[in-house]
Amino acid sequence: MGRVEGKVAFITGAARGQGRSHAVRLAQEGADIIAIDLCGPVPGIGYPPATPADLEQTVKDVEALDRRIVARQADVRDRDAMKAAIDEGVAELGRLDVVVANAGICILAPWDEVTPEVFRDTLDINLTGVWNTVQLAAPHLVAAGGGSIVLTSSAAGLKGLPFLTPYVAAKHGVVGLMRAFAHELAEHHIRVNSVHPTGVDTPMGAGDGMAQIGAWLQEHPRLAGMFTNSLPVEITQPVDISNAVLFLASDEARYVTALTMTVDAGNTQY
Amino acid sequence: MAGRVEGKVAFITGAARGQGRSHAVRLAQEGADIIAVDICEDIPSVSRFYAGATEADLAETVEQVEALDRRIVATKADVRDYDALKSALDDGVAQLGHVDIVSANAGIFIFGDQSHLVSEQDWRDVTDINQTGVWHTCKAAIPHLIEQGSGGSIVITSSTAGLKGTPNVAPYTASKHAVVGLMRTLALELAPHSIRVNTVHPTSVDTGMIQNESTYRLFLPDAEHPSRADAEPVFRTINALPVPWVDPVDISNAVLFLASDEARYVTGLELKVDAGYTIK
Repeated sequence: MGRVEGKVAFITGAARGQGRSHAVRLAQEGADIIAIDLCGPVPGIGYPPATPADLEQTVKDVEALDRRIVARQADVRDRDAMKAAIDEGVAELGRLDVVVANAGICILAPWDEVTPEVFRDTLDINLTGVWNTVQLAAPHLVAAGGGSIVLTSSAAGLKGLPFLTPYVAAKHGVVGLMRAFAHELAEHHIRVNSVHPTGVDTPMGAGDGMAQIGAWLQEHPRLAGMFTNSLPVEITQPVDISNAVLFLASDEARYVTALTMTVDAGNTQY
Repeated sequence: MAGRVEGKVAFITGAARGQGRSHAVRLAQEGADIIAVDICEDIPSVSRFYAGATEADLAETVEQVEALDRRIVATKADVRDYDALKSALDDGVAQLGHVDIVSANAGIFIFGDQSHLVSEQDWRDVTDINQTGVWHTCKAAIPHLIEQGSGGSIVITSSTAGLKGTPNVAPYTASKHAVVGLMRTLALELAPHSIRVNTVHPTSVDTGMIQNESTYRLFLPDAEHPSRADAEPVFRTINALPVPWVDPVDISNAVLFLASDEARYVTGLELKVDAGYTIK
């Protein structure tokens, strides 16, 4: 018997990286999946965008576990498209129990090089996209009589990591959303929590980003400790975040709500 | 299928009953062997609220763990007595081979007086057990964890009262805040050894510590003999989720997660299992 057997989980940003890992980990423990992803570019991101082929791979990975999945290409900024994806998924899979608001972008820049466009896109996707996700999905949880919502924040949602102003602002905002939704949805036995990863080994965390940060830290040595993990590990794996999501999604955590759940190798302890 | 803490050994204080026994059983269900200690005595300052655990209680924990085909070394020991505690742990490690998980769970709950009216004895007992006892537990276990070189997970039982003030519960609240400071410091000191240190923060748990007339009267000061049924609606008002209290296994599931390799990069976390108590 899986730890989320019989539940249905809606996951945004599910084409690859943490989102795919969450889909697979929850499916391994018995959940069916509703997956969406933009599968396309966002101006300014310093890593290759997810593709329809990536989302198709998530579908294959979940189906290989004998679980069902409804996958749609949809943008968390597009409420109509997201609502359609959720409603179709629920119609096909019968219910909704778990929501994982995972979709996000990360664009690095020193504070004085952030453009209004980058600030707006980051807030639109990483914060408003999370609000859209919860507001559109929660009615199904209310109908089900309870559920678990997990919002992907970041160590940058708890501390002011440098060279990430829009990202830090959005990820702090996610904590505020989490706390407010936790209150309002508690009466429906719906729990709302956030997860706070440190660096994760995904396309977003790879590429030239870390080298770029290293160069900026050389110029600003007093900031050097900000990215350091206290545990002797440079980067975590997507499954480490998925295991936290699984715990929060499962009935093992039936009374856990409004928790800022760090999976950060002690990054925020500095 | 392998258990989630298969092959690990867990050292649990306050294991005779309540949350401690539940942790022992839950970890054993997932494959761990157990080193259990409990004072198994009445503590004078606590007796006016609830009775102490007994040796029969600890024997029942042993029976329940052994029924799961796991090994357990159980010793009557007081967390205030460092030498006795260390000896119990060392003996357990000698028999079971190692220790990987530490659950610093032993604690007492005294309440009712405003801070400036708390007696010296009450303050000392709560501080000695809930704060110094946790430090003793860690102090005894850490050399084993470091020497083994395979990391480890320390889980300290704090409380919602470790995150928020609670009127008329000063010594308990102070001690439960104090262990958060200890946790944060240990998380940094022990990180180079891949030893993780976290706290759990339960709301009211359905054990004898709260299910007694004295505690009911804290919430219902005007009732003569308040019952569990009388207390339930009042307890319900303190949580955001519409439940009066949680079960011991809910805390054990959090301890299990933190103890397991699923949480291999989780350290310095205050893991609330509080039904939303602390956001109210």
